[in-house]
Amino acid sequence: MKILVIEDDREAAAYLVKGLGESGYVVDHAPDGREGLFLATSGSYDGLIVDRMLPGMDGLSVIGALRAADVHTPVLILSALGAVDDRVKGLRAGGDDYLVKPFAFSELLARLEALLRRGAAPAVQTRLRVDDLEMDLLARTVKRGTQVIELLPREFRLLEYLMRHAGQVVTRTMLLERVWDYHFDPQTNVIDVHISRLRQKIDKGYPHALLHTVRGAGYSVRGRE
Amino acid sequence: MPMQRPLVRLLRTNAFRLAALYLALFATSVLALLAFIYFSTADFVERQTEATLDAEITGLREQYQQRGIDGLRKIIIERSVGERRTDAPLYLLADGNYQPIVGNLTLWPVGKPLKPGWISFPVEVRHRNGATELHQALAETIELPDDGDHLLVGRDTSDANIFRTRILETLAWATVLTLMLGVLGGLFLTRNMLRRVDVVNRTSERIIHGDMSQRVPLTGSGDEFDQLATNLNAMLDQIERLMAGMRQVTDNIAHDLRTPLARLRARLEVTLLEKPDAQRYGEALRQTIAEADTLLGTFNALLSIAEAEAGSRREALAVVRLDEIARSVSELYEPVADEKGLTLAAIIDDGLLVRGDRHLLSQAIANLLDNALKYTPSGSVSLTVRAEGEWARVAVADTGPGVPPEQRETVFDRFVRLEGSRSTPGNGLGLSLVRAVARMQGGSVRLEANRPGTENPGLRVILTLPLTAPVAVPPALAPEPALGM
Repeated sequence: MKILVIEDDREAAAYLVKGLGESGYVVDHAPDGREGLFLATSGSYDGLIVDRMLPGMDGLSVIGALRAADVHTPVLILSALGAVDDRVKGLRAGGDDYLVKPFAFSELLARLEALLRRGAAPAVQTRLRVDDLEMDLLARTVKRGTQVIELLPREFRLLEYLMRHAGQVVTRTMLLERVWDYHFDPQTNVIDVHISRLRQKIDKGYPHALLHTVRGAGYSVRGRE
Repeated sequence: MPMQRPLVRLLRTNAFRLAALYLALFATSVLALLAFIYFSTADFVERQTEATLDAEITGLREQYQQRGIDGLRKIIIERSVGERRTDAPLYLLADGNYQPIVGNLTLWPVGKPLKPGWISFPVEVRHRNGATELHQALAETIELPDDGDHLLVGRDTSDANIFRTRILETLAWATVLTLMLGVLGGLFLTRNMLRRVDVVNRTSERIIHGDMSQRVPLTGSGDEFDQLATNLNAMLDQIERLMAGMRQVTDNIAHDLRTPLARLRARLEVTLLEKPDAQRYGEALRQTIAEADTLLGTFNALLSIAEAEAGSRREALAVVRLDEIARSVSELYEPVADEKGLTLAAIIDDGLLVRGDRHLLSQAIANLLDNALKYTPSGSVSLTVRAEGEWARVAVADTGPGVPPEQRETVFDRFVRLEGSRSTPGNGLGLSLVRAVARMQGGSVRLEANRPGTENPGLRVILTLPLTAPVAVPPALAPEPALGM
């Protein structure tokens, strides 16, 4: 997977290049908007990480220019501006996800992975399957093996999101944003409680668990290897 | 009053220009009015003279028709004998060749004809002391039908002329006086206005130089200047409040963020001092990251509060469904209560619309539930949302230890945490945010005992927000959570 990082802060860029390299990505770096736009239009990248504030041409303009040029590479915006309005502006400009600085690297990795996978997923899915766990999106039913599992609407959405990202790490913040549409951190770790409830329903009594906790990062739904 | 080059300043003011313009208009209308008075008066005098002459000549013509030329001659002699006074009528009967026959004029006058039968001509007047003077006279003439003689009846019009000149002079003086009064009045008004603007200016200057306590004095008249001063003062009050708030925040940040930063630094330093050991290094780094995350959380909470307090998103306020927001937050916390063995009861009225920010409102209610669940060891927590008149009342009640009455105001301040709560996680910013959100949306928040008088009085936090008339519900501010990602 080839990633382009457009970031003017040298130290932050070095950190991203190193971290992403160690996670198995091939990384290019552009220190300003113009060069970033040039590389992004000419090279074939699987994903872009764009800082919002850049010298010369700001990040949102770069994304706007890319989209205008019919380049639809997934874009993750990085920004120190974290208010909801700023996010909305970033996503409207053509960004696919928005991450506020400072961030945990595991968060960035999880979001990037989610973005890159999305390009590969079939457009319309009516059925999600992980190992023997099956979700019917039309009938809104969940079965593990032959056993029907009753879920509350919110639990259903939580599991749906996890299953759509099966095999990937999903962070608590991602869950709060995507399942609840909340952009704040509750002081009590409410997500953990919701996950443990869900786990009770889908994993309890089965020989192998599907919903895993990834220490220091988040959660992941995956089947047996 | 001390002013630099007052005249120059005066001339440059808008007020003066306005006054000058007004004065010009005023002077023009005064002049027009006086001109009308003059002309109509002069005209009136002239017409009266003409009417008198007309009446006289008609009378003489009648005499002539009844008594013939001899009778007329006799009358004219009668009337024109003796010393001729200035205001006396002028008579002259002349033959067909304008040779005088009788009358008090020696010659048929040659003057400029005004209209048929009328002439204006100079006449010599002899004063008692023997001096002579030329006066202007007006006369009407007719030709007598039978004899071909000419009859002239006239009047010395110098009196009327003098009267006319008098009027003209009077009117000229009136004009001058009006203009002078206008200029003086304009100057006075402008200066008066300038002085009041000056008061505002001087107050502003003092404020610029750092004395924030200065306010623009009011005259109590309630005029535009007073309104301006009132608004300026209100603005200054708001600025002062914000500045005080900011100072307090800075102080608190300095105090409350410095402590964890110092701890963080000390841990790193101590780790470096000890013998290098990969496992210990790893542990120290993990702890440091955790601490940095806590700091960032505090920072974000402060930013949210600042955002709500500054009201910078006030324009982003939309009509939102308070009941749906509350239900969603309650659902988020329901498992948390369950886990702790508490019951969480939500009683929420339907269709409550408020003008607000969905994210901040969610966060405020989440903070209230978070607190209630955190500080209640056993029992129940309830969330009630209902309409009371024009207000929506959001109440979160618990069966915990409560907050003593004397501290029910201070807990809203930033970083304030009660004794005994310091061991639980939290940053002392939750209620500050709730209050900031309440104020931003024109509401309020207060605390009271849930069950007063009992051993565990519990706490009830009541958030009051103004309800909005049910209009079409606009689309949500942020896009729906996209599950396809």
